[in-house]
Amino acid sequence: MTKNVMIVGVGGQGSLLASKLLGKLLLNEGYDVKVSEVHGMSQRGGSVVTYVRFGEKVYSPIIDKGEADFIVSFEQLEAARYLEYLRPDGRIVTNTQQIDPMPVITGAMQYPQDLIGKLRAKGVAVDAMDCLALAEQAGSSKAVNIVLMGRLSKYFDMSVEKWEKAIEECVPAKFLELNKRAFELGRKAEA
Amino acid sequence: MGELMLGNKAFARGLYEAGCSVVSSYPGTPSTEVTEEAAKYDEIYCEWAPNEKVAMEVAFGASLAGKRSFCGMKHVGLNVAADPLFTCSYTGVNGGMVICVADDPGMHSSQNEQDSRHHAIASKIPMLEPSDSAEAYEFAKKAFELSEEYDTPVIIKMCTRVAHSQSIVEPGERVEPAAKPYEKNIAKYVMMPGNAIRRHPVIEERTGKLIALAESCEFNRVEMGDTALGIITSSTSYQYAKEVFGDKACILKLGMVNPLPEKLILDFAAKVDKLVILEELDPIIENHCKALGLCVTGKDVFPMEGEFSQSVVAQKLGMAVPESKTLDEQLPNRPPVMCAGCPHRGLFYTLSKNKCTVLGDIGCYTLGAVAPLSAMDMTLCMGASISSVHGFNKALGQESEGRTVAVIGDSTFMHSGMTGLANIAYNQSNSTVIILDNSITGMTGHQQNPTTGYNIKGDPAGKIDLEALCRAMGFQRVSVVDPYDLAECDRVLKEELKAAEPSVIISRRPCALLKYVKHNKPLVVAEDKCKGCKSCMRLGCPAISIKNGKAAIDTTLCVGCGVCSQLCGFKALEHAE
Repeated sequence: MTKNVMIVGVGGQGSLLASKLLGKLLLNEGYDVKVSEVHGMSQRGGSVVTYVRFGEKVYSPIIDKGEADFIVSFEQLEAARYLEYLRPDGRIVTNTQQIDPMPVITGAMQYPQDLIGKLRAKGVAVDAMDCLALAEQAGSSKAVNIVLMGRLSKYFDMSVEKWEKAIEECVPAKFLELNKRAFELGRKAEA
Repeated sequence: MGELMLGNKAFARGLYEAGCSVVSSYPGTPSTEVTEEAAKYDEIYCEWAPNEKVAMEVAFGASLAGKRSFCGMKHVGLNVAADPLFTCSYTGVNGGMVICVADDPGMHSSQNEQDSRHHAIASKIPMLEPSDSAEAYEFAKKAFELSEEYDTPVIIKMCTRVAHSQSIVEPGERVEPAAKPYEKNIAKYVMMPGNAIRRHPVIEERTGKLIALAESCEFNRVEMGDTALGIITSSTSYQYAKEVFGDKACILKLGMVNPLPEKLILDFAAKVDKLVILEELDPIIENHCKALGLCVTGKDVFPMEGEFSQSVVAQKLGMAVPESKTLDEQLPNRPPVMCAGCPHRGLFYTLSKNKCTVLGDIGCYTLGAVAPLSAMDMTLCMGASISSVHGFNKALGQESEGRTVAVIGDSTFMHSGMTGLANIAYNQSNSTVIILDNSITGMTGHQQNPTTGYNIKGDPAGKIDLEALCRAMGFQRVSVVDPYDLAECDRVLKEELKAAEPSVIISRRPCALLKYVKHNKPLVVAEDKCKGCKSCMRLGCPAISIKNGKAAIDTTLCVGCGVCSQLCGFKALEHAE
């Protein structure tokens, strides 16, 4: 059975490291893996999506509506935007950070209130954390991606050691301890 | 265990292992990383050419000299390179020559979604189409053998979902191909009528041989399943078909999409009850099947536009798709925007303020068309801004000359703006051309170009002086402005629009995302001074918003460019101490 993880956020937030880490981890576990990214214009502050699929044999590189087991989101509004892609029994793991999109900046629309509450009211399982604060606690605001991966790891069968090995393969040695801390903080945070 | 590789990186690995030694390309999403990855191998000479036509001619020259060569481009780039393409089909090759063209169904980052298979058919050049990274790697290697054996360039067609997806590849070792000495052969390589007339039948004969190859080659394969349904497909559509049907349908998977086999298709069709053709964009396999007299389901149910997916395939064939939930409210969308600190913003603000008609071009700055700046009237293709402003002004004369401009980026100007500028200099329209020089090719992710002074490896290279170039073409009025200085932009723009002769304005400041660009501290809002007038909001900067009736700066985005502070009449936006 193929498992699907969607990583969503705002162009420039650094979701590529998260998908790289997942890719390494799953490859080490012996799974077939496909990761699909979008480059180019949408990277300029637009809504961006990365698909990670793994299983015995993966064909399609993309995740369709109603197929994602997990949506990992770097930003609240983006978590809500891709709800359609979540399986009815899926889970959203999201950063509570809010980044205003242009229609909100220009005043044409309001940033929606209490999105996490509205998602939960729909019966969606949501883990919501202030990942930016946790990342800063670990030592760098850039570690938001690893905080999110730490949280996601709770729902995977693999041991923490295996995740840490994958982190070692993805980040420069001098940032390893920082990233391990960020992973641990994400894994243990109240959500 | 293999390695997880981006399709484009796998392609580059294939080039490397096949002994490719010369690569020349122009960047274009989603093709760019093939060349960027190839440049990491010391054994391959790699370069960014000014445009795709030049790139293909460089690759052809290297092939003529006996080396294996490559050029890569996006679908619209192949239009630019169509001239050499159609005739190097006639000359054939010496060393193997492989062309990558990457289509963008769904237009993630393109101005149209044309189907490049038409170019392969029209130029009579074989085209391979991989469906994942492992095939991109394999096909890149085998394309060189095909090229040399059949004396033809070979096109490999990628698409966004193959180019920008990672899947598992097991790389091997580089093999240096046997040397192919250059031998003068006027009849084969000098395409004047007397010789080309003799080459054309050779090409038709070659197509016949390639069709015979298509009937039995390793690129095309049949996967038998339940014979109630047969699917003929290629590229990612194959992956979607497998996702939906697994082993439950018969699939004819085409890895070679030009020329198409005949007997293979007829034999396959005879074994199945119902035949479905699954292909994104145009009905090329479908029309081929219909010409063979087959009854098929294709574009009668599947869309001509956009990308497919597993759900598109399932739904259009009357099968169930997964259920999902939605929120009950409309969410604000998040379109791409010019970055905070983008040097283009100040210039577009000036154009918007002066109510200019702006004929635009292809690049990050196309986002100048987005509200609230809305400072663009036209975008067509690379270089069209300059040629079109000339046509616009010739048509309307004084009515438009004083308020119409062309805007074009530095890389796009090098690509195909220079010839349009030569036309203005020669045929003398009173046009104003603005070159947005941000010292990099931005949209495709920071590639060097002939104006930056660096080559693809980041080493110092030749540097074209834009001012000197424009003056040499005969422009007397060439000025340079800093787009962070709104007063200067406004003054120079007004002067040049008023001038009774053609002029060039170079708006110069490096892209704010370049690593060497030093940023200032984020601006600070003096809340006691801010009246909430929203003057600063006219810039459409993603770092500025209104919170509780006052301007607010997102300090994680603001790079301290200070353009907004020039718009504030109350001095409420201040540089930090």
